[in-house]
Amino acid sequence: MTRKLLEVNDLKIHFKTYAGVVQAVRGVSFDLYEGETLAIVGESGSGKSVTSNAIMKLIPQPPGIYAGGEIKLEGRNLLPLSEKQMSKIRGNEIAMIFQDPMTALNPTMRIGRQITEVILKHQKIPAAEARERAVKLLNLVGIPMPEKRFKQYPYEFSGGMRQRVVIAIALAADPKLLIADEPTTALDVTIQAQILELMKDIQKKRKTSIIFITHDLGVVANVADRVAVMYAGQIVEYGTVNDIFYNPKHPYTWGLLGSMPDLRNNVNEELRTIPGSPPDLIHLPKGDAFAPRNEFAMAIDYEEEPPMFQVSETHFAKTWLLHPDAPKIDIPEAISRRIEGYLKEAQVNG
Amino acid sequence: MAEKLLQVTNLTQYFGTKNNPIKAVDGISFDVYEGETLGLVGESGCGKSTTGRSIIRLYDITDGEVLYKGKNIHETKSRKEVREFNREMQMIFQDPYASLNPRMTAGEVISEGFDIHGLYKDKRERKERIAELLESVGLNREHANRYAHEFSGGQRQRIGIARALSLNPSFIIADEPISALDVSIQAQVVNLLKKLQKERNLTYLFIAHDLSMVKYISDRIAVMYRGKIVELGEAEEIYHNPIHPYTKSLLSAVPLPDPLSERIRQRIPYRHEETDHTAKLHEVLPAHFVYGSDSQIKSWL
Repeated sequence: MTRKLLEVNDLKIHFKTYAGVVQAVRGVSFDLYEGETLAIVGESGSGKSVTSNAIMKLIPQPPGIYAGGEIKLEGRNLLPLSEKQMSKIRGNEIAMIFQDPMTALNPTMRIGRQITEVILKHQKIPAAEARERAVKLLNLVGIPMPEKRFKQYPYEFSGGMRQRVVIAIALAADPKLLIADEPTTALDVTIQAQILELMKDIQKKRKTSIIFITHDLGVVANVADRVAVMYAGQIVEYGTVNDIFYNPKHPYTWGLLGSMPDLRNNVNEELRTIPGSPPDLIHLPKGDAFAPRNEFAMAIDYEEEPPMFQVSETHFAKTWLLHPDAPKIDIPEAISRRIEGYLKEAQVNG
Repeated sequence: MAEKLLQVTNLTQYFGTKNNPIKAVDGISFDVYEGETLGLVGESGCGKSTTGRSIIRLYDITDGEVLYKGKNIHETKSRKEVREFNREMQMIFQDPYASLNPRMTAGEVISEGFDIHGLYKDKRERKERIAELLESVGLNREHANRYAHEFSGGQRQRIGIARALSLNPSFIIADEPISALDVSIQAQVVNLLKKLQKERNLTYLFIAHDLSMVKYISDRIAVMYRGKIVELGEAEEIYHNPIHPYTKSLLSAVPLPDPLSERIRQRIPYRHEETDHTAKLHEVLPAHFVYGSDSQIKSWL
C-alpha cells in the first residue's frame, strides 16, 4: 500500500464581501496518495481553484476565512501554521503550476535565475551547483539546448516552452506534491498533449503526487487516477477515473459528460445540457444546491442536503438518487450508449 | 446541391510592412454553401480568425476575392450596398465580456442595428421585436432593461447572438463563440446555434480550436495551419480519414473522455515540411481536398 500524503477534511473557506459571505468551499474532504494524480473537475465558481489555493495557504485574509476543517500534509495540519512556517513548505514540499505561462514568469529576469532562485532558497548549496541543477531541470522538462536557454528571457520562449519552464521551477526543490491549476488551458491541443506527457513522465520518475485542476473531461481521462467532481463548493462525486467515466452516479456528472460532443461516433442528436446556471454562493438554496438544475430532483432535494452515499469501495456520490428508498433512475441513455461503445472498443483493443 | 453563398478565392491578408510581411492568411480558397456550417479549425496564430474578419470587411484584404451571392464584397460600394451587405452578414465574437458595451442595456445592444438601418420606427413594434429576439435566444423580455454586468457569461453570449440575428442575416461568422464559456454552458449555446440555423436557414462559418465541438456542429471542416488551408472536406471524412500529417497530428492530440483509450493512445507529432511551387489543394477523394506538392500528396496517400 502506498503512503498517504495529503488528507483534507471538511474544509470550509468563506469570503467576506459587501454583498454578504461567499461560501466558496463548503466541507470538502479528500485524500491523496504518493505518486497519485487526483483531478478536481468543475465549472468556474465551483471552488476547485479555491480548494487548491487553500492547500498552499494562498487565500488572502481578509477577505478569505478558513472557516473550518483541516489540511494534513503527512499527518501535519497546515491550517494553524504561521506564514513563516508555510513559506518553508511552499515550493519545497508543495509546488504549484499556474494556468497562464505568459504571466507566471518574471519578464525581466533570465530563466536560469528564476530557477536557481528557488533552489537556493530551499537548499544551502553553492551557486555553481544550483546552476548545474537548473540546467538539468531544463533538460528534464524537455527544453533543447538548456545551457543556452538558461541565459534567455521569457519573451524568447513560446507558450509551450514557457510552461515547461514553469514546471521546471515547480520541480526545482523536488516537491512531494504538485498542484497544477489548469496548466494546459491556455495552450494549443498539440502543445497540451506534450505537457501532459511530460507531467506523467516526471511523476513516474519522481513519484510526485499531483492535484490536477481542470474543467476539461478529456484531460481528466488522460491524466487522472482518481477524480473529484465539484459543484457549488462541494465534492458531489468522487472515485477512480473508471468509476467516474464508466459508472457515473451523480446527475451533475451525467450533465458534464453529456454536454461534451462525442468525437468518435456520428450521433447527430442534441447535446444534453444542464439547464440554468450555478447558484449564488451567498444565497444558497435550501437543500441540495444542484436541485434547481437537476431534472431528476425529488421533493427531498429542495429540503435537505444529501449525504455522501458510498457506491463501492472507491466510489462516492452526493445525491438522494442513491438512497435505498429513491426511485430507480438510470443514467440517461445517450450517455450509457456512449460508455458501452467505449468499453466495447477497449475490449477489442485488449 | 445547395447554392454557393460565399466564394473565397486566393484570400490573402498580410500585416506588417511590405518588406517584412506577416502572412496571416496566405492565399486560401473555399466555398460556403447555403444552409451549411463550415468549421474552420486550427491552433492559435494559424489565421482562422483573420480569415473571418477579412471576409466581413474588418480588414482591407491584401489580395484575392470574396464573393457573396456572386457579388465582390471588397470592391468599393455605395453606402446603400454596404448597408445591404451588413444586414446579410453578421458576426458573433469570442469574448462575451468584451463584445458588449457596458453602458448599454441588452435592449439597446440588440436594437442598435435598427437605428442604423432605420427599421422598426414605431416604438411598440420595436419593443416587440427586441422581446422576440431575446426570447428566441432563450432569454426573456424583462432582460431588455438590464446591463451587461447583470448577466452571466452564457447569457451574454446569448445577447451577442440576438444582436447578430437582429437584422435577419443569412450568413453568420462565429469566431470562437463558445471557448470562453463553461462546458455545460457551451452545450447550451451550441444547441441554440443549431436550433436557430434550422429555424432561419442560416449559414455559419464556425471558427474554433476545439475539434470535438467543431466536428459536432459542422457539415464540413477546413483545417488551417500557418495561413493555409491544409485539408478540407466533410466533417466525418476529415475525422475518420485525415490525410494531411498536420490534421492527423491535431486529431491525435484531442483528449477524449474515455480513460481506457487515453491510456493507450499514441500522439502523432507533426514536423512541418516546406512545400515546393507545385503545392496546391488537391482533390484526393470526392470533395476531400488536401494541400501539398504533387510528391507530398503521393507519399501521404
